[in-house]
Amino acid sequence: MSATSPTVGDRLVHKEFPPITRHRLALYCGASGDHNPIHVDIDFAKAAGFPDVFSHGMLVMGYLGQALTDAVAPSRIRSFSTRFAAITQLGAKLTCEGTVTELIEQGGEHRGVGRNCNRSKTALPRPVLTGGGLG
Amino acid sequence: MVDQSAVGREFTSVTARVEPGRLRFFLDTLGETNPVYRDETAAQAAGFTAAPVPPTYLFCLEMMDATMPFEFLTALGIDLARVLHGEQRFDYHAPVVVGDVLTFKPRVTSVTDKKGGAMTLIVVETEVTNQAGVHVADLSRTVVVRNARPS
Repeated sequence: MSATSPTVGDRLVHKEFPPITRHRLALYCGASGDHNPIHVDIDFAKAAGFPDVFSHGMLVMGYLGQALTDAVAPSRIRSFSTRFAAITQLGAKLTCEGTVTELIEQGGEHRGVGRNCNRSKTALPRPVLTGGGLG
Repeated sequence: MVDQSAVGREFTSVTARVEPGRLRFFLDTLGETNPVYRDETAAQAAGFTAAPVPPTYLFCLEMMDATMPFEFLTALGIDLARVLHGEQRFDYHAPVVVGDVLTFKPRVTSVTDKKGGAMTLIVVETEVTNQAGVHVADLSRTVVVRNARPS
């Protein structure tokens, strides 16, 4: 978000990420502390009824968070939420797009509400941003 | 199947330290190169006393330092293989930076059946405080349980 007077419809974010690989999921398993085998162990995933391992939702949200703080200083984010609309499969190439959807005043601050989504529609986050430069 | 009796259940508090090496592993995994997370000077220029954590990292800290990371599933009799992450929310009240020692207190706040009982949504809310007792954040996790079909 620009530091001065954002308006509804402004594009905050556009960022592409590399395809999700098994290696990335293994790294994320260790780096995040989420050791659920469904993301790294194909035998476990199949036994659970899935064709293969799939991404941690929080890896997708981590990418969205990265795209967000490329545009907005971390200290200005008040809230960040995501609905995981679909499973992110191996090989998925995420593109994060974010626009300002609303400007509000809350807690004595001018806040912008943004919606980010990625093109494969696996996550629909709604970060609430704020800062002296907003509004 | 999990029912309304689960609402209000609390689980073991988790204490986690924001360690620079573990944070760097997370940043490297996500390909995060933003200097605010890696360089103390950049962090201070952005108004932090030390490098801040990325927006989703609180979720990781709780799992990394929990003695039983999936305690709430075990305690409620839920099979890990039947769980998906439905929604996640973070509300930030104060900065979290490298060196902080955080306490996470999770509790179940709602249980909702969907699709005639085929799925159950469980919301776990977690209050996070730091070493000074400052309430720094609230997490809300919605877990989707794919219930077994009756045979």
